[in-house]
Amino acid sequence: MLIALIVVIVLIVVAAAWLAGMYNGLVRLRNQLENAWAQIDVQLKRRHDLIPNLVETVKGYAAHERTTLENVTKARNLAVNAQGVADRAQAENMLTGALKSLFAVAEAYPDLKANQNFLALQEELTSTENKVAFSRQFYNDSAQAYNTRIEVFPTNIVAGMFHFERREFFEVKDEAQREAPQVKF
Amino acid sequence: MWEAIAANKRRSAVLISAMVVILIIIGYTGGELFARGAGPLGLVVAVIIWAVMMGTYLFGSDSLFLHGAYFNELKKEDSPQLFNVVEEMKLAAGLDFMPKLYLIHDEAPNAFAVGRNPNNYAIAVTSGLLHRLNRDELQGVIAHEIGHLKNQDVKFMTLAAVLLGSIVILSDVVGRSLWFSGRGRRRSDSRGNDQAQAIILIVGLLFAILGPLMAQLLYFACSRKREYLADASAAQFTRYPEGLASALQKIALAGRGLSFVSKATAPMFIVNPLASVDDESASLFSTHPPTAERIRILRHMAGASLTDYETAFREMKRGNLIGGRTLATAAPTSIRAASADGPVQTRQEAGDMAYRRHGYLPLNCSCGLTINVPENYDRHEIRCVRCGNMLPIPVAQEGAAPAPAAPQNVAPLVYQRTTQGWESFRCACGRTIQLSPAFAAPHIHCQACGRAIAVT
Repeated sequence: MLIALIVVIVLIVVAAAWLAGMYNGLVRLRNQLENAWAQIDVQLKRRHDLIPNLVETVKGYAAHERTTLENVTKARNLAVNAQGVADRAQAENMLTGALKSLFAVAEAYPDLKANQNFLALQEELTSTENKVAFSRQFYNDSAQAYNTRIEVFPTNIVAGMFHFERREFFEVKDEAQREAPQVKF
Repeated sequence: MWEAIAANKRRSAVLISAMVVILIIIGYTGGELFARGAGPLGLVVAVIIWAVMMGTYLFGSDSLFLHGAYFNELKKEDSPQLFNVVEEMKLAAGLDFMPKLYLIHDEAPNAFAVGRNPNNYAIAVTSGLLHRLNRDELQGVIAHEIGHLKNQDVKFMTLAAVLLGSIVILSDVVGRSLWFSGRGRRRSDSRGNDQAQAIILIVGLLFAILGPLMAQLLYFACSRKREYLADASAAQFTRYPEGLASALQKIALAGRGLSFVSKATAPMFIVNPLASVDDESASLFSTHPPTAERIRILRHMAGASLTDYETAFREMKRGNLIGGRTLATAAPTSIRAASADGPVQTRQEAGDMAYRRHGYLPLNCSCGLTINVPENYDRHEIRCVRCGNMLPIPVAQEGAAPAPAAPQNVAPLVYQRTTQGWESFRCACGRTIQLSPAFAAPHIHCQACGRAIAVT
């Protein structure tokens, strides 16, 4: 009788520890996901902060590229004020396009291209764009792992009990991201 | 990715326990052979040897690699591109900490990662690496090193190396004492015990001879597996396996030969710096898989995910690499397009950076030659070795500059910038001061004497 009781208690403790382990694993994955999401924001904000500097630098050398410069400033302001995921994604894509045409225009100004400040800003902006892409990539990788986890047995039981929900991927149209947009004057 | 670490941990636990078992058996039988009934004592000796080695590792390992004048910690202004590449890979891997960066002034291209805990992670690259690789390739190399950090390989391989070292020492002790003490010491009081002792003797000998060998085989097999795993992680992080493949090719072709590498530190490098290109075969005793094979697997990948690496790996070799649980959660990914960026730095830039970090003062002569003036050169000018011109060494002048909160009795120092790039000059105390292109503050403080120098 006593032995049976002990066995039952041990079984309950082991099962509880197992469930707790699964729960903690899920929480860890979810936190990683939140972190990854926050990183995307950090990098986007950084890009917004770099742009006024860039515009000032380019102005000194290529003042009559006004439309291009204005486009960049406009796109930046739109991106800063955009609300909602879809809106923001669109605004950020527009900003990427505007920056691409600015750097394309800069090719025609050898003095500008030799400017240390401009080169440094160009490197920072290019890299920040990469960082946005890599943060997004990590977010999607994490979301994939998390979604798989909450759907497969046996973690799906724990996930169901504690309302862990599927996360959407951060999708960006590949073509818009990779190809330089058409520059029209 | 978290799953990859979990799978790694399980496998590592098995390997570490196997090595611990070998250590215990050698210790016990060794003691038993030495004097009957002294098995537990032998065990204690084995544990003490291991504990001492573990202690040296725990308290001395951070400075094990990155000491001496050979390594220089890099700041962002030294190489913004390198820092950006590292930060990009840090984000792609989801590391919480930015690893420190070190520069090794060496022409042989190579890189390695160290660090037990996330807050002392560090990656070291040679100057030869920076001027040979383009951005995609450098990204591949850095991603491989970050992969090592992410998979906690450094921690594990050092732990395994400590155990391996203990086993080698212990078996050496046992082997020697057996040899010298001979049979005279073995006195038995009954026949049954005699037989038992003979068995112990044979087992002990077997383990003393084969134990280190087995431990070594385990260690090297694990080291090679972790290289493949880091390659797989690199492909996944960069989404561009060709970058790492082409970097490995360049590194292998450029030759190795780093002067400070020992057998203990060799497994940490991206390509084994001790193995020569020719004799690099798939030996059981090599820390790294053959570079050609690593390149072939990377180039055989259909996509950039861990699953694609696993598929390519299975086609090239027998056996599997990544645990099924990890593969179940890996998203299918495609390979991205190559970027058009050229070399990360020119050879000149990489060299200048190393010299600056060593406290040299580069002077450009009008004939085109750059002279690196060492810090302890105490005259005010130097003769150009090519054209014979006397070049004045720039020194911060005493002048009426608005010095901030400086001690009242010290005249303020002023240095006038002439270019936008890197500039070097001397403080009145003789210390060389480097101004980066990004330096924008009105003052800089001398590291040696603490005086504020106005930069105009």
